[in-house]
Amino acid sequence: MSSLALTHARFQIIELFRIPIAVIGSAFWPAASMLAFVVPFVGDEPVYATYATASMVTFAVMSTNLFQYGIGVSEDRAQPWDPFVRTLPAGAAPRFAGRILTGLAMMAVALTPVVLIAMFFTAATLSAAEFVTAVVVTAAISIPFILMGLAIGYSLPQKAAIVVAQVLFLPLAFGGGLMSPPGGAPGFVEDLAPYLPTGGAVRLMWAAVGDYPLEFWSAASLVGWTGLFAALAVWAYRRDEGRRFG
Amino acid sequence: MIQARAENVSRRYGKTLALDGVDFQVRAGELVGLLGPNGAGKSTLVNLLIGIRRPTHGRVELCGGDPRDPASRRTLGVTPQETGLPASLRVGEVIDFVRAHYPNPLTRNELLDRFGLTDLIRRQTGGLSGGQRRRLAVALAFAGRPSIVFLDEPTTGLDVEARRSLWDGVRAFHAEGGTVVLTSHYLEEIEALARRVVVLANGRVLADDSVTAVRGLVGMRRVSLTSPVPLPDLEGLVSVERAEDRLHLLTADADRLVRALVAHDVPFRDLEVRPTSLEEAFLALTHSPAAA
Repeated sequence: MSSLALTHARFQIIELFRIPIAVIGSAFWPAASMLAFVVPFVGDEPVYATYATASMVTFAVMSTNLFQYGIGVSEDRAQPWDPFVRTLPAGAAPRFAGRILTGLAMMAVALTPVVLIAMFFTAATLSAAEFVTAVVVTAAISIPFILMGLAIGYSLPQKAAIVVAQVLFLPLAFGGGLMSPPGGAPGFVEDLAPYLPTGGAVRLMWAAVGDYPLEFWSAASLVGWTGLFAALAVWAYRRDEGRRFG
Repeated sequence: MIQARAENVSRRYGKTLALDGVDFQVRAGELVGLLGPNGAGKSTLVNLLIGIRRPTHGRVELCGGDPRDPASRRTLGVTPQETGLPASLRVGEVIDFVRAHYPNPLTRNELLDRFGLTDLIRRQTGGLSGGQRRRLAVALAFAGRPSIVFLDEPTTGLDVEARRSLWDGVRAFHAEGGTVVLTSHYLEEIEALARRVVVLANGRVLADDSVTAVRGLVGMRRVSLTSPVPLPDLEGLVSVERAEDRLHLLTADADRLVRALVAHDVPFRDLEVRPTSLEEAFLALTHSPAAA
């Protein structure tokens, strides 16, 4: 990682934290959902509380990346500052890496309260090995959502990106079964969920933190989604470069 | 040594031809003004030379390489649009961010001091006045100890004192051997700094000459009068417009025109002589074949 990427990340993070509501906003929903739905209803049940925490982690990963990249990137594209930065003697790589680092930092901000609430206010438990597995799986499932956010951010103008990110985020959360315990969602959601990116991601998380069986087709469809979002993101990025900077 | 070069460059946006076969070069140590009305193609030409855009046809070169290659931009300085400065970052932070990209930048204090920004170091750019933001934007062009800078209307909207001190700064940079390309649609700004002026209109180079010569070309006067008789053939007349009984004559030399009117015994009244805007001058120049 070049020091220039860190410089870009540092200034993006400073910018974000100067408007604290943006940071609080992305940390709020996952934490609030933990307190409102998980703690009172399944907080005393170690197995369910653990699954529910895994669902909330997935939820936070999805929402921060969707908003951070979907809206953040399209906002940046609208600023005249962006073409100026392109005249500085650095390629696109440090800026891009800086953006990814910023997204990871934001994810940490959103995830920390969820994990802390689970630790202190619920009976959720993890062995050390499970915790490490969960961290690795969290990093892995963030990839499709980062790519999804980038695809939105690079292909849409600012106002459209905000709407699309907001319209996608609830159906993805609900349809993927993030709002219900494993096997507890309404029938049609149970049928559909394994093949949605959120459903595929949360099933991997459940498998990482409990006895939930790994579902091959669900994992395979998540890989498929990742490929699709990667292709879309690359296509949108190239098209944008060509339009604005060709 | 040629520091920036465009060879037969055209650039098309959809159906619009923003640049049409432009040749342009800047030698090391020159201070060149790029003059033209809005939409003339100035920004497009600059964007090609600083690597933000690619030409549709032709070739551009910066410091001996392709401007799109970051290595060619190591000694390039550019002013951002001051409306685009990241609003929540402080002045010192924006400067540090830009400095971090260059191998051998000016120190932060040196830059702050040179552009009179020292007192503003902790201020967020969103809270600066227009003039302060403009000064910061110009300062950023010099952060990396450039050998060539592109300044876009650097002093528009500044008060007289701030403008003077900025001009002094640009002159000092030039005196140390720096190359400057200055774009503006005000002749005054270019006159104050540049020796050589390249005039662009409708995507073509209209003139590439000394400031004096270009002032003769675009520094036109509008002579208005009312006359009961048709005008005789007068020398140095660029265009004639009739509005009811008023005649509006565009000329580079109003004194000579008035003398000629008197010498030809043309009866006239309500004589008025006004400077024209650059836009008016360009409109006249690009529409009358006699002046081309």
